[in-house]
Amino acid sequence: MNGQTISIEALRSQQPRYAGLTAGHRACLGCGQALAARLVTEAAGPDVIVANATGCLEIFTTPWPESAWRLPWLHSLFENTGAVAAGMEAALKAQGKSTKVLAFGGDGGTFDIGFQALSGMLERGHEVLYVCYDNEAYMNTGIQRSSSTPHAAATTTSPAGRARMGKRHLKKDILAIIAAHHIPYAATASVAYPADVRKKVRRALAVPGPSFLLVHSPCPLGWGHDGALSIEVARLAVETGLFPLVEMERGSLVGVLPLRAPKPVRDYLALQGRFAHLFADDPRAREELAHLQALADANIERYGLRAGGAGLDTESADTVRRGGGQWA
Amino acid sequence: MRLPLEGSQAIARAVVAARAQVVAAYPITPQTHIVEHIAKLVADGEATCELVSVESEFSAASVVLGAAVAGSRAYTATASQGLLLMGEVLYNIAGLRVPLVMTVANRAVSAPLSIWNDQQDSMAMRDAGWVQLYCSDNQEAVDTTLQAFRIAETLEVPVMVCVDGFTLTHTLEAIDLPAQEQVDHFLPPYRFARTLNPRNPLSFGTLVAPEYYAEMRQLHHQALLDALELIPAVDAAWQEVSGRSCGGLLRVEGDPAARTGVLTLGSIFGTLADAVAIDPACGPVRLMHLRSFRPFPAAALRAACAGLERLVVLERAISPGASGIVTAEVRAALAELLKPPCVHGFAVGLGGRDVPLDLLPRLLASLPETPGPFRIFDLDPDKLPQEAL
Ligand SMILES: Cc1ncc(C[n+]2csc(CCOP(=O)(O)OP(=O)(O)O)c2C)c(N)n1
Ligand code: SF4
Repeated sequence: MNGQTISIEALRSQQPRYAGLTAGHRACLGCGQALAARLVTEAAGPDVIVANATGCLEIFTTPWPESAWRLPWLHSLFENTGAVAAGMEAALKAQGKSTKVLAFGGDGGTFDIGFQALSGMLERGHEVLYVCYDNEAYMNTGIQRSSSTPHAAATTTSPAGRARMGKRHLKKDILAIIAAHHIPYAATASVAYPADVRKKVRRALAVPGPSFLLVHSPCPLGWGHDGALSIEVARLAVETGLFPLVEMERGSLVGVLPLRAPKPVRDYLALQGRFAHLFADDPRAREELAHLQALADANIERYGLRAGGAGLDTESADTVRRGGGQWA
Repeated sequence: MRLPLEGSQAIARAVVAARAQVVAAYPITPQTHIVEHIAKLVADGEATCELVSVESEFSAASVVLGAAVAGSRAYTATASQGLLLMGEVLYNIAGLRVPLVMTVANRAVSAPLSIWNDQQDSMAMRDAGWVQLYCSDNQEAVDTTLQAFRIAETLEVPVMVCVDGFTLTHTLEAIDLPAQEQVDHFLPPYRFARTLNPRNPLSFGTLVAPEYYAEMRQLHHQALLDALELIPAVDAAWQEVSGRSCGGLLRVEGDPAARTGVLTLGSIFGTLADAVAIDPACGPVRLMHLRSFRPFPAAALRAACAGLERLVVLERAISPGASGIVTAEVRAALAELLKPPCVHGFAVGLGGRDVPLDLLPRLLASLPETPGPFRIFDLDPDKLPQEAL
């Protein structure tokens, strides 16, 4: 280059990269979902169309007459996104087009109210990548519990109080339910592992048929942590075993992000206001902490997260080992 | 080509002739035969559409919404509980101004559970922002289905084609099925200006703050008002192609000098016409079929009522605690006349109750001088508790 030197940073910034979601939207500082949607659309675009459920992502990206999307995007309702995407796919098929269809929903729109439409879409084999941005509550309406809210987390409809330690029920195991549809590809991911998110999006889009990606996306407002710590919080969810990163093909486990030295769940919980009541001097709080630790340990056991860590380091790795169903 | 066809079969063939590219539906009596016939045409290779057999009517409506914005002509059909389950999506489709066509095989709404015909279901969706066209026979059902696609795609509004369950959907009649060339000539290929397209990315269905909301509602309202011109124009264009008209907004028949008018929607129009033709006890009657309920053709109705002293509205739904839905709207439209006819409103044939030929002469004979409150005409007092009488 004419003998000139150029810094890595400058090279990076000059790198033309497709951006499906641009700056200027109105998400809170440190919103995990905004970052996750950017990662997903970067990896998927530009030849895509998107169906987006009602929720924070929909609201903060499109205050009429502005839009932060640079891809064709439709918001219809809260609970019909799987079906709208299925219709888009059917139409593109009828027209002989290869454009990919993405569906975006929050955990409320996916685990709860939109679950039927999603299940129908998966069962009928529509070639759609459904991405659930999991921030573990209904954030758009002000932090109400969903069936994805973790056990013992406080939300406005599962508050902690003298008689209650936050949410009384377990987080729904959506991945197992999705996997039971025997779709070609279903995986979990986390905004703390961007390269892994991109890789999983590309894998999902490469398989024929429906695919599903659950992206753990911290919400500083709803979880009660500093927005600057979103990535750290997300990483701790993975490193404690509370949010395992796994891949399933046709219902069988084919890959996990191994944890060489799982961290105690306290490290994760202590950063978030929604778990503050668990650190009170109260036997029930101690019991719940032990319970959450047991849930994380059960995940580690069930998915074999410790098995054969083989020198992989979760601090830097972004690495998913694919084992062809060896843990199935 | 005249063929003996069941109403549902004829409608299915019309949808295929319209070259619908995506069809999504969920079974419910009395709509089921329509999608079954489409499925058979697909299975036999006579239709090439993507048939999406969804897990609910809520998804059926959502699938056709997604299909239409992704650039394909799309169609669905339902009835009764299915239509109510679609409710949220129907408002959404209309507000997004997505051109779609849906057949409603009109059926009563539960409870009490009834699979039989009245029009409570489509009336419940009156304000969803869809065009609503009612058919008096199966030939009109075929012709209106084809016209509906053209109306929907011209104005970017969804169109509901209402056909009475069983009375029309399950009745075999000689139907003139238009040739494919006729349909192609009448209905150009689907083109939607806001099709989602990666080359020209648009955001659709965004959050609209108070400073824009009312204007968007006005545009939607205006599009439906524009349909007052388009519906008769499309009917006329179809008449040029096929030789048949469905009556535009409002079909008016019978004695132009009559002082008594009778207005209805749907298949009992034929029964009333027969009654007037064969029973002199009816006296001279001007008969009206309100084909377009949305948009409501107030001006056409006023013109059609010129010279009438009384107008009887016979409808197949009620608004409990208020009145007849159509009756209230007819009264409001006619109130603008200097000398409006007296409007007598009745519900008849609810939940599939038979509307016999002698109903009209009996009803006309019992009409008071001045209209009483709206009521269900064909009640059997013996079946009501004493206190209700
Ligand atoms: C049928 C219906 N019920 C309720 C709502 C209100 N509502 C809008 S968004 C939302 C919660 C969204 O939660 P989630 O899907 O988890 O997405 P998030 O906002 O957390 O990203 C609710 C309850 C609605 N829009 N539609
Ligand atoms: S409330 Fe949470 S999910 Fe919503 S924009 Fe703010 S940080 Fe993001």
